[in-house]
Amino acid sequence: MNLEQYLSPLIGGAMIGVAVTMMLFFNGRVTGISGIVAASLAKPTQEGLWRWIFLAGLICGGVFIQLIFPDLLVNLSDRNLTQIAIAGLLVGYGTVMGSGCTSGHGVCGISRLSVRSIIATLTFMFFGFLIVQVLS
Amino acid sequence: MNSKIIKINSVSFFAGFIFAIGLAISGMTQPQKVIGFLNFSDWDPSLLFVMVGAICVHMVAYPLVRKRSSPLFDVQWHVPDRKDITSRLILGSALFGLGWGLGGFCPGPGLTTLATGDLRTIIFVGSMIVGMILFKKTEIYLKF
Repeated sequence: MNLEQYLSPLIGGAMIGVAVTMMLFFNGRVTGISGIVAASLAKPTQEGLWRWIFLAGLICGGVFIQLIFPDLLVNLSDRNLTQIAIAGLLVGYGTVMGSGCTSGHGVCGISRLSVRSIIATLTFMFFGFLIVQVLS
Repeated sequence: MNSKIIKINSVSFFAGFIFAIGLAISGMTQPQKVIGFLNFSDWDPSLLFVMVGAICVHMVAYPLVRKRSSPLFDVQWHVPDRKDITSRLILGSALFGLGWGLGGFCPGPGLTTLATGDLRTIIFVGSMIVGMILFKKTEIYLKF
């Protein structure tokens, strides 16, 4: 394994850490993407507007990358549309039932040593490993 | 809109933007990498370092930030403090894990890659939202 192979993930990860720290320091919020999406589906309020704006920032960040480094957003996986559609349903249903995803439980929760989040992260990693072994 | 709300919303936009750039640089926005990370037989460990990088920063910052009595632009913290390990936490996380490995997407990268216009991303985000609504509609029937 060469330096490049883990340096980019480390730098990208650190940027994610900076973003979630900003949300905590300024707004007092946990940056859980699934929670933000799910809550923004409810009736919009002025207090909840930050969720829409955060998601707009996330999508604009994607547009920015698409303009300068489109290779970083290319999907080369062998998954077909049916698999993707089922995956989306499972991710949406599961993250609301389990109150979080990779960001809310995996980054924010683990960082504050929440036992719930550590258990949730171990669980979704285990089942992620499981299905990839079954499919490969 | 008062100035506090404008400040909160500005931070939210920039945090979302930085989060997306972080996801892209780290490789999380390439489903083949996520699937490679979840594959035991031909393991690509690189994505482990995304968690390491993010958690290292936030684990150091979290206690320092929480020393304040409130966040800078709000009067109170909105950090969950639940401790109960419920069936919903476990089953929900299990379903999420299956979906994550099946599609190679978790919610953040799904939204970030919408910019590609790739049909698979659009289908993923659409069905994820349907899944979220479905949970809210079926929640009352769950016996746990």
